[in-house]
Amino acid sequence: MVEMMTTEDPLSGEEIEIPADVEIGEIVDSPATGAELEVIAIDPITLEEAPELEEDWGE
Amino acid sequence: MHVGLLYSRIRQDEKLLLNELRERDHEVTKIDVRKEQFDTARPPAILDDVDIVFDRCLATSRSLYLTKFIDSYDIPVINSPETAAICADKIKNSLALEDAGVTTPETKVAYTTDSAMTAIESFGYPCVLKPVTGSWGRLMAKIDSQSAAEAILEHKSTLGHYEHKVFYIQEFVDKPDRDIRVVAADGNPIAAMTRSSEHWVTNAAKGATAEAFEVNQRVRQLVTAASSAVGGGLLGIDLMETAEGYTVHEVNHTVEFKALNEAVSVSLPTAVVDWIETKVETGKEVHA
Repeated sequence: MVEMMTTEDPLSGEEIEIPADVEIGEIVDSPATGAELEVIAIDPITLEEAPELEEDWGE
Repeated sequence: MHVGLLYSRIRQDEKLLLNELRERDHEVTKIDVRKEQFDTARPPAILDDVDIVFDRCLATSRSLYLTKFIDSYDIPVINSPETAAICADKIKNSLALEDAGVTTPETKVAYTTDSAMTAIESFGYPCVLKPVTGSWGRLMAKIDSQSAAEAILEHKSTLGHYEHKVFYIQEFVDKPDRDIRVVAADGNPIAAMTRSSEHWVTNAAKGATAEAFEVNQRVRQLVTAASSAVGGGLLGIDLMETAEGYTVHEVNHTVEFKALNEAVSVSLPTAVVDWIETKVETGKEVHA
């Protein structure tokens, strides 16, 4: 069972649940809006809208 | 060991690697490449004391230059800039495979729409038009008719970046509804899967379903040869099944393995970190 924590969705202002073990740089999907959010700080948890897909992204 | 991990986005792949490195008490420095500057004369302080740098950049343009920078600082880097340069460019990729005698789809490159049309007609329909750079099956076109070819070429020449005016045209390989992805370290397969889809693009990023694939002798030979052709390293090698055997259509240098890790019993992060440890130890022995 993944431990969860709550934080604020920066786009909607709603409180959302995300996994407690997130890393800086990790992307989480907002359960409120479906948008991709990037973890930019851990203490306290801070999220911002993730960059949009670029043409050269991939593997 | 001390590993520097270049990233701009931590995917599940990077998270698996980070967890594996930390569980083994390796020191890890995460390097968000969006925040650093890279001096041509000296490395940034964040690279102090790292034994090896692992390029996990999502953006190919960054990966290409950063591997070159790290190499110029005399810090070992996975993968090498030479490997990155070949794998990031479908033309260089195809040439490297062809030069090494690795079976690969027949490919032609043209620079004008007229010349591209001639190449397309020489293959007949269907054939495939791919961007020279790009991943995840983006902007790939299966061309079924002359009218479709004319429309796609016009769009690419009018709307595209200059790179889209380099037309990479390939035979359509009539494969079963799947292709094969092998992740290999210096030519040795770690694990493999099939990626199945009713869509002609059987890419995990496009929703293809993954199942474990047992690497046979012929696939192993092709993987080893393809890896060697692009300079080795940690690679994702893609093959298609044909009536004659297999054909290698692509080698990827910043390979994603989350889907593969879920499809097979082998732990990809364990195998990758084992390989990095050996690489660092071997390097230290060489320099001792």
